Formats: sequence, C-alpha cells, structure tokens
Amino acid sequence: MRPVLIAFILSLSMLRAWAVDSAPAFEDPALQARYEALTHQLRCLVCQNETIADSGATLAADLRRELREQLAAGKSDQDVLKFMTDRYGDFVLYKPPFEKRTVLLWLGPGLLLLIGIGIAIRIIVQRAKLAQTATDDNEEGEAA
Amino acid sequence: MWRFLIPGVVFAVLVGFFVIGLQRDPSNVPSPLLGKPAPAFALNKVEVPTMQVSSGDYAGRKHLVNVWATWCVECRREHEMLLSIARENVVPIVGLDWKDDLSSAQQWLKQLGDPYVATAFDVEGRVAIDFGVYGAPETFLVDEHGTIICKHTGALNNDIWRRVLKPVILNQAPDKSLMGVNTTCAS
Repeated sequence: MRPVLIAFILSLSMLRAWAVDSAPAFEDPALQARYEALTHQLRCLVCQNETIADSGATLAADLRRELREQLAAGKSDQDVLKFMTDRYGDFVLYKPPFEKRTVLLWLGPGLLLLIGIGIAIRIIVQRAKLAQTATDDNEEGEAA
Repeated sequence: MWRFLIPGVVFAVLVGFFVIGLQRDPSNVPSPLLGKPAPAFALNKVEVPTMQVSSGDYAGRKHLVNVWATWCVECRREHEMLLSIARENVVPIVGLDWKDDLSSAQQWLKQLGDPYVATAFDVEGRVAIDFGVYGAPETFLVDEHGTIICKHTGALNNDIWRRVLKPVILNQAPDKSLMGVNTTCAS
C-alpha cells in the first residue's frame, strides 16, 4: 500500500511539467520571475476562471507573447498591466483595483466577520448572564 | 419577536443577489475602448494579400469593424446578416479576419459572399488584442473622428442592426432597451 501511495504522490509532482509553456520564456531569472508573476495576475478572457499562465486558449498564448515581448523591451510591470487594462478593462486583472465600485468586494468579508464577531460576543455575554442568574438563584435557594 | 425575522430577511437579500447575479452573462465584459480612439492598423488584405488594408482607409466616415474567422461557428450564422447590411449601403464593413488560415478565409468569402469593403488578415492576433477582442464575432462601430462608439459581442441580428446600430449611424436615437446585454454604446 505504502509504495503505491508514494508513487501516486510523486506522480502529482509531475503535474508541473504540464504547464503551458514548454520552455522558460527568459534566460534571465529575474525577468522570468516577473513574467511568471504577471501571467498569474492576468485573466484569460476566453476561459474566465483561468489565468493566462494556466490557459491553453490561443488568446492566452497571444497575451503571453505580448507579455514576453514587452518585458524583453524593458517595459515595467505597471506598463504591461496598463496595456492590458486599456484593452480588456479591470476584469483582466485577477486582483481588482480598490475603488468606489469595488468597496463592497474588498471590505465585505471583513464587514461580515465583524458582524459575526459582534453577534457571537452578544450571545456569549447573554449566556454568561443567564448562567450567572441561574447560579445566583441556586445560591439564594441554598441560603434560604 | 423581530429576531425571528432576521434569517428570513437575510435569506430574501441573498435570493435578491442571486436573482440579479445569475441572470447576468459572465462572458459579457464591458469594453474600456468605448469612447476611445479605434486602434490603428495596417495588415494584408485577405481578398488580395499583396495589398494592404489600414485603419486610415476609412478615416473620416463611420464604419463597422467586424471580427470574424473561419473557425468561428457563430460567424457563419452571422454572415447572412452582414451581407444584408452591406446590401443596404448605409455603412462600409471592414473585416478583421482573426487568427485564421488565408486560403480558408478566401474560400469562405468566395462561397458565402463578401460583405466587406476590405478584410484585414490578422494572423498573429495583434490587432485583435489592440481592439480588446476576446471572442468572435465582435463588431465595433467607429465614427467620423475614429472613435469607437458602439460595440456588439456575438452575432449581429436584425434587431440590433435596425434598432441600435443603424439609428446611431444615421444620427437617430437608438432603442436603449436593447443595450447593455451584448450591445454597448458610448453615451
């Protein structure tokens, strides 16, 4: 059983080998790191729940080519992201910018957490009070 | 008593969100290009590959830019509509043949008819990226100043043509009730 399990886990590590680009885009590791970071930030608009790093769609391949060329030409990350949002809008970014339209998106979870904590505290305090009155009653009972 | 209403209210709000959210089409992404200058291009012409089509050829007049490809099923469905728009002689249609095979594209135009004044052959998909294209067919209406004033994603149909694009071209009021789904125009 154990060898099978180990073999299975090892085979999972091969999944990385199925990444879309077969060869690294750049020889310079710093450029390659920026390239990889950017491909993971951009959405493939054909298959909307994939980044262009993961997607096999031709549009994703075209956008990766665009990215490679712009990085090779010395463009900054901001330049590249601006190029993409100028054409495809904020939706192309996996991490939407913080602005009026997206306030609820960014702050909603925190707000819900605060509401939850508030409710929890109220319930705990009430329970504690109930328990307190119950023991008070008992003590009074015993005293009588 | 009111505390028993809370779950009901929360549920109603959630249902409200889902009713609105689930009816939206996630494939419909608002284009940031509306109201912006149409991208410039110069590409080989599908009909005569030794000649070029450029964005300047139609500067100064309203024109449609229609993104299509022979691998695109919806484009075949749309083609009849494009032919009938071309027959009306109201607006020139410039084709953008996106990541296609040249001989298939030429054959397509020969067999199905050619509604385009010219078709640009974008084999590398670079001009399509400049137009923010993420699917075919997509159609852009460009005005006299070279500004993109309307965009339609998906196949054009008679309603969109007659009640939105054509009125906009003729400086009449378009039917606003048809806008917002796949058709958007700069206000």
